[in-house]
Amino acid sequence: MPRPYPVHASPTRRGLWVLGLAVRTEKRVFAGALLGSALYGSMTVGAAWAVGWATNHVVLPAFDTHHTSAGTLAAGGLLIVAVAVAKVLGIFGRRLLAGVLQFRMQARFRREVTAAYLRLPLSWHQQRPTGRLLSNANSDVEMSFMPVAPMPMSLGVIVMLIMAVVDMFLTNSVLALVGVLLFPAVIATNTVYVRYSGPRFARAQELRAHVAEVAHESFDGALVVKTLGREAAETERFAVRTRELRDANVAAGRARSMFTPALEALPNLGVLAVLLFGTQQVAAGHARPGDVVNIAYLITLLAFPIQAIGWVLGDLPRAVVGYERVAAVLAAEDHTDYGAVRAERHRQGAAALEFDRVEFAYPGAEGAPVLRGLSASVAPGRTVALVGATGAGKSTLAALLARLADPTGGAIRLDGTVLGDYAKGAISDAVALVPQQTFIFGDTVRANVILGAELSDEAVWAALRTAQAERFVRALPAGLDTVIGERGTTLSGGQRQRLALARALVRRPRLLVLDDCTSAVDPSVEAAILDGLREQGGPPAADGAEPGATVVVIAYRKATVALADEVLFLEDGAIGARGTHEELLTSSPGYRDLLTAYAKAAEEAEAEAASEADAQADAAQAAVIPAPHVRNQAEEVAA
Amino acid sequence: MTATVEELEQGTEPSREQAGQPAATAPEAPIVGEASGGPLQIVRSGLRLSPEFTRGIGVTVLLALIATTGRIVIPVAVQQAMDKGFGAASGKVDVTEVEHMVLIAACAVVTTMISATAMSRRLYRASEAGLAGLRIKAFRHVHDLSVAHQQAEQRGSLVSRVTSDVDTITNFIQEGGLTLVVSIAQMGLATIVMAVYSWQLTILIWVCFLPLFLTMRIVQKATGKRYSAVRGAIGHMLGAVSETLVGAPVVRAYGIEGRMAERMNASIEGTRRAQIRAQKIVVSTFSAGEIAAGLANAGVIVVGTLLGVGGHLTAGQLVAMLFLVSLFITPVQWGVEVLNEAQNAISGWRRVIGLLEAVPDVPDPGEAGQDLPAGPLDVRFEHVAFAYPGGARVLHDVDALIPARSRIAVVGETGSGKTTFAKLLTRLMDPADGRVLIGGVDARRIRFEQLRSRVVMVPQDGFLFEGTLADNVRYGAPGADDAAAAAAFEALGLGDWLAGQPHGVATAVGQRGESLSAGERQLVALARAYVADPDLLLLDEATSAVDPATEQRIARALEALTRGRTTVSIAHRLSTAQAADEVFVFDAGELVERGPHQDLVARGGIYAGLYASWARTAVGR
Repeated sequence: MPRPYPVHASPTRRGLWVLGLAVRTEKRVFAGALLGSALYGSMTVGAAWAVGWATNHVVLPAFDTHHTSAGTLAAGGLLIVAVAVAKVLGIFGRRLLAGVLQFRMQARFRREVTAAYLRLPLSWHQQRPTGRLLSNANSDVEMSFMPVAPMPMSLGVIVMLIMAVVDMFLTNSVLALVGVLLFPAVIATNTVYVRYSGPRFARAQELRAHVAEVAHESFDGALVVKTLGREAAETERFAVRTRELRDANVAAGRARSMFTPALEALPNLGVLAVLLFGTQQVAAGHARPGDVVNIAYLITLLAFPIQAIGWVLGDLPRAVVGYERVAAVLAAEDHTDYGAVRAERHRQGAAALEFDRVEFAYPGAEGAPVLRGLSASVAPGRTVALVGATGAGKSTLAALLARLADPTGGAIRLDGTVLGDYAKGAISDAVALVPQQTFIFGDTVRANVILGAELSDEAVWAALRTAQAERFVRALPAGLDTVIGERGTTLSGGQRQRLALARALVRRPRLLVLDDCTSAVDPSVEAAILDGLREQGGPPAADGAEPGATVVVIAYRKATVALADEVLFLEDGAIGARGTHEELLTSSPGYRDLLTAYAKAAEEAEAEAASEADAQADAAQAAVIPAPHVRNQAEEVAA
Repeated sequence: MTATVEELEQGTEPSREQAGQPAATAPEAPIVGEASGGPLQIVRSGLRLSPEFTRGIGVTVLLALIATTGRIVIPVAVQQAMDKGFGAASGKVDVTEVEHMVLIAACAVVTTMISATAMSRRLYRASEAGLAGLRIKAFRHVHDLSVAHQQAEQRGSLVSRVTSDVDTITNFIQEGGLTLVVSIAQMGLATIVMAVYSWQLTILIWVCFLPLFLTMRIVQKATGKRYSAVRGAIGHMLGAVSETLVGAPVVRAYGIEGRMAERMNASIEGTRRAQIRAQKIVVSTFSAGEIAAGLANAGVIVVGTLLGVGGHLTAGQLVAMLFLVSLFITPVQWGVEVLNEAQNAISGWRRVIGLLEAVPDVPDPGEAGQDLPAGPLDVRFEHVAFAYPGGARVLHDVDALIPARSRIAVVGETGSGKTTFAKLLTRLMDPADGRVLIGGVDARRIRFEQLRSRVVMVPQDGFLFEGTLADNVRYGAPGADDAAAAAAFEALGLGDWLAGQPHGVATAVGQRGESLSAGERQLVALARAYVADPDLLLLDEATSAVDPATEQRIARALEALTRGRTTVSIAHRLSTAQAADEVFVFDAGELVERGPHQDLVARGGIYAGLYASWARTAVGR
């Protein structure tokens, strides 16, 4: 059982925990990388040793005696080349596998984060800007595992360090002590750095998310920005965030600017110290000049591993920040509970629906709840129209039906079972919602309709036909295979709505919820859609070949409403009145006002036009027989 | 599996093959691509775009050179200690000499450290300033592109161009770029010092590295390609994630989490594969450097010994050469690393520069442009035609006058060209032929500042920004205070609705205005246009999601408010057309009928048909 994340530990320890996580998760890859790194490390020391050996056994004797043999030379040269080849093998193991480790961890966490996005309920999403969530999945994950890449290296170089230290002690213990003193110095430098830079990196990363947030929102609303000429203001809004990020990055960079050169200087100072003490040792006869050179060389070689450890340590604060931001998403416990009731797969035919004192208030919203004790029941196969003023809560109710949210009070039952008791997937199998706002995926027409379900092209075409989308889809360059962009300009709003409708119809849902989904469709097309729906819907045929659906339709148009068996008039968060369209026209003044607004407007316009026509006729008459004073004026002008 | 626009752009074949049939895209605007040209060209244009990068670079390079020179201190110190201190040359140990030398060297090391710190700080400042500038420039450019351009790319992918693509440049600029300069300087310096000790060995070392230098170009090209693939994969991944986030309600309602997970996982996996491919080539080049270094070391030992035997070289000099070789090798290896990183940066730069190079096809004439005449505006279409690039004509030879102060309704079936007409009228697009004159001025000649404040369009999807109702209304007129925002709702007959909001105009609308229903968002968008106080108002199905009673109330309020202005309404709720002075009827890209409602109904043409069907479905007659 891995230890839990040490929330309260020092940043370095927390960072090491993140590294540990990578190691635990990808044990084999890590082991391989470590092995490669150890090979690399020992061969780096081996190179020093080989050069030292060659100096003592090839170079110096040759210089002393002014004579050398081809064999000795070849031995020296080959030794060095062999070590280099072994080193390359180490590099491959280390760097390639370190990359595999890093990228696998990134991919793994990206999968987990995006899975969390899919798992978390809409209410969670609505509280978080898309740009921030993008940043979590991208740069935060990247940051978390940044130090993973150099980690095998820096662990591998620990082998190198140990070998070098042993070698140093074997050569000359006094001089070796000087070299060993480097390590506490490195650790101290790092501690100061981590303390100082941690909060700065955290701030920079937070601001990075802010920048993404503003960019995403602004690009999302690009049309409004353009039509209101607010490009400059938006750029300024973005610039403010960007400049904050810049300042935070500069502040974090300042910390790094101190750390890296200091870390680089330490081994150099070590070499100088070795020279100083080495000279005294040589003078005292305790050391040979070759020993001093060897140790000095070992220390310069150590500069690299020390830097490598520095890379890991230097990235730890950022990793901690990134990981904690990612972990916050993964730990989000907001979730939708599912029950165990499976909708019977083969159950066909329309579903029964019941609203039982349904209440709903948006999280954090003050004031009156949107829905307040709404009760009603809908028999299977019925088509009900949900009518209400703008903002009355119709779309909310539609969302509750598809279980995009749960009622904050009361219950909604489908076939007698509370929605929340259904197993995952059961609701979406039975209920199809066509939302008011169409969302089209950057994909083909076919994919947008079937959404991954296994459905034949015939079924797709049939759904497109009912949704009155067949004609324009056939006209597209590749028909069903035409790719339509996420916000493709190719299709008009009405065409997109019809695709969304086909998407719902093709699934043959048992409950079809249409949320004013024909608002952008031309009246004549809508009439055709309604005819098609009427054919498809209605009571199930006796032989059960054509399973019907219960339909809840949110609409304002009389024709749509007239299609319904019954109308539910939504008023003050509850059902204000219910009955047939004709009944409500007489019994509910609110309903009458809402539904007859167009007819009234039409009458007024006609009346106005009629009076205008009269006025024009009068004016025409007036022109034929000018009024006396006009005639006088005309005569004056003529005269 | 299918190919998306993005994939087609990247030319990733597999997904297209999986589609079974060649996927095709309907004609859209040219997609924002990547800048072409060689790496050097990209770096050059990148540096030109961000003068901050190179501002004060002289001092920085000087500091870098000091920092580099400091590195020579150690080998020279070792050589001095060996030859003088240890008496390799003279035969006796001179401790004082070494002490002096160490003291001087220590000063040099500290100076080096200070210079390196100062250099690094300067670099951070300059690079961050440059990157911020680049981000802002790129962001602005996205908004300067035409609507068609903007919509051709996924939001997530556009965001990546101002965020992670720019971040890619960061590392190169902050560490890489100068490391490259320093590395080259260090190589040069090491070469000079080596040549002083032994020109023969220097040549030998260079020969060892020559193959590496010669193949550099080819290898770099391959590296660049692979890094570009990584950038593309990440852009694609962000596109997929953003799609899932924005489309969350549909994903939930249809229970297609599994499918979305597959799509995202595929893009995540694609990113990982691209990263590994890039890593492989990077490791290979680094290894080649290591082999060259091994050969150089061996060569120095062998040839150096021979030279020493011949009396051309002292032992101290040979040892110093060994140190110098490592001083020469390190920058070579760093250089290779940096060049790889540069390829990564260049691929990010390519995407950012590609964005900036995308010429706004509906440009602001700016200072050179003209102002609109004061007062209400008329609009004249002169033989206007429109076609999407590479597509067929969607609007043919439209010739029409919209008199100042008139109320025009534009109707037609979906795809009839009425939306195109609206986009041309508000100059969201430019005609392929003919011209649009607003207030007698060619729309292309009107300064945007004028155009966008005098001609306002209320689109069907009234996008709201996160903030309060008042914030969103203010978007139409930055100076408007909360009282003015409330007054706007009141004037539109929406006082009741506003009173129903928990905090009045201070009510938060949520992300994208999602706390409000689509109809309510349209109300806010109308209030926003109202405070903008335009002379020409274009309503593009602006009240399509609003209930009929409210719509009629708004219509009456607007009628009063727009008196004296020119109003063009695109509507399929023909109640709007009834009240208009004149109706424009579009069919198959042509303006086929025009005239007052009564006349058109009487004529019995297309409009009469539309109206009959409207009357049947909505009015109930």
